[in-house]
Amino acid sequence: MTKQLLKGNEAFAEAAIRAGVEGFFGYPITPSTEFLEYMSRRMPELGRAFVQAESEVAAINMVYGAACTGKRVMTASSSPGISLMSEGISYIAGTEVPVVIVNVMRGGPGLGNIAPSQGDYFQMTKGGGHGDYFPIVLAPASVQEAIDYITLAFDLAEKYRSIVHIVVDGNIGQMMEPAELPPMRKIPKEAPEWAVTGAKGREPNILTSIYIDPVDEEVVNIRLLKRWLEIEKNEVRYKEYALDDAEIAVIGFGTAGRVASSAVRAAREEGIKVGLFRPISLSPFPKKQIEEISKRVRRILVVEMNSGMMLEDVKRVVQGRVPVEFYGRMGGVTPFPDEILDEIRRVDSNTADVADLEREQWLDRLEARIAGGK
Amino acid sequence: MVMEKVVYQRPESLTDTVTHYCPGCTHGVAHRLVAEVLDEMGIREKTIGVAPVGCSVFAYNYFNHDYVEAAHGRAPAMATGIKRVRPQNTVYTYQGDGDLASIGMAEIVHAAIRGENITVIFINNAIYGMTGGQMAPTTLAGMKTTSSPLGRDVELTGYPVKMAEMLSTIDGAGYIVRRSLHNPVNIRKAKKAIRKAFETQERGLGFAMVELLSSCPTNWKITPQEALDFIENSMLPVYPLGDYKVHPELAGLRV
Repeated sequence: MTKQLLKGNEAFAEAAIRAGVEGFFGYPITPSTEFLEYMSRRMPELGRAFVQAESEVAAINMVYGAACTGKRVMTASSSPGISLMSEGISYIAGTEVPVVIVNVMRGGPGLGNIAPSQGDYFQMTKGGGHGDYFPIVLAPASVQEAIDYITLAFDLAEKYRSIVHIVVDGNIGQMMEPAELPPMRKIPKEAPEWAVTGAKGREPNILTSIYIDPVDEEVVNIRLLKRWLEIEKNEVRYKEYALDDAEIAVIGFGTAGRVASSAVRAAREEGIKVGLFRPISLSPFPKKQIEEISKRVRRILVVEMNSGMMLEDVKRVVQGRVPVEFYGRMGGVTPFPDEILDEIRRVDSNTADVADLEREQWLDRLEARIAGGK
Repeated sequence: MVMEKVVYQRPESLTDTVTHYCPGCTHGVAHRLVAEVLDEMGIREKTIGVAPVGCSVFAYNYFNHDYVEAAHGRAPAMATGIKRVRPQNTVYTYQGDGDLASIGMAEIVHAAIRGENITVIFINNAIYGMTGGQMAPTTLAGMKTTSSPLGRDVELTGYPVKMAEMLSTIDGAGYIVRRSLHNPVNIRKAKKAIRKAFETQERGLGFAMVELLSSCPTNWKITPQEALDFIENSMLPVYPLGDYKVHPELAGLRV
């Protein structure tokens, strides 16, 4: 295969098709709609199931039902749509069926806007649905990475009978860039033994998330937690840049991480010893790696397109070893590399204690920047 | 020598399990009718049921075939997902009135609009059973429930919703009828309707629903016999039995 110029959402959809997705159920919402539009043409072409549901609530429950048959199934939506899907997501987690969900995040809360955002970090990584479960969350930063991680997402979902969220922001969903699609995978003929396929010559399979006796529910909770601890051990993913001799570490995911990488390169040219750590698995979070980094740098700068959500996870790992500073843009605003470069310069020369006031200090700088018309 | 012939036994499609249903509840009758139909059509081994949230939440323990358990009201969406990726299977939902006519109104209506080739067994007992007898959208005017203690005031809470009539207006619906489980004659008619609703699916004729008027003596706070009388005297006038929509290809079908 050679590289083609591909639009994010359409490329992700084609990647899912090539990974063997047999059912897509969705509801139109900007900025993920092209995903659904692409599927509406391609899935029937291949004799696979596509339904434009009456709501995200219905869409996720169609996904839930189809997942119970053991087929590869998915949906794609954007922030408010994911909120509506939260009920089904919890049931899917409780029933232990594999599902892949793409969230092309937009500005919020509420109806917010359709601009790129990372404001769903908590919602995605901490569960979103009710009850005791942990989802896998992958955050690619380019069209190519998204293509690659969609394929991986299906494999992980099946391996762990888990939900895998792919979170990108509207930038990655909407941008066009050169990327290479994987070859078409063969669809397995046999359903997994737990799937509902009709009890032909076997005992019935029952897939449910209700365990009315608390003792039975706890058995499920223990199984889910043990599986999660396995996932934490095996499935941490991240990218590093120029961290070997770095004194300042910038940590950012997705688009914020990608913008930060430009700023880090520019700062290196100025002689600032700075490197970038970009978590790809937001959940499981790269705790060990960040802990290790915090033992050899002077300062950490977390960059996000939200109010400092991953910041809290970073701080929990760093445990006050070094000052953790923050820079973010919210509301659907994507930071420019210059903004982050300014921050790197400032952090490099800052020797003051942050004393858990990194948000307050950031807000002062941000408001000054906004007032200055930048 | 006298040959013994078995004329009545537990259908293969039912498990040998004691149900949790209250004395006088007609869920057991409805379960048996569905099971008999699956046996008679020889489709048990390819059938996938979708259980609701409500009294029949544990239906999957009583049926001897593959089953999934949906979120409250979402059974038609779940059934849609299953049927679309496995059209070779027979897929049905079993839902109560709180599940189907209240929280799941959008899902049932749109499953019918899409003409989903699924079968729906709809238990209408005019009340929420599992949560202890609250007002349902199907609760009769003036009927006392724990959330309409003075009787349902239609000025404030609306009138009983007539699902069969409503869904029969939808083009995607192939078979929409209402039957009752209050006496043997009607139970026999209900079974024939359930058979036709599954035949609708086997023939690919679209969405099929059988609404079954059912009793809930526990939450109606009357005896089982009084409950059956209540169906006949109070529910039938509000919910007339009948064929609301029958696909022309089913019209001549004798079952």
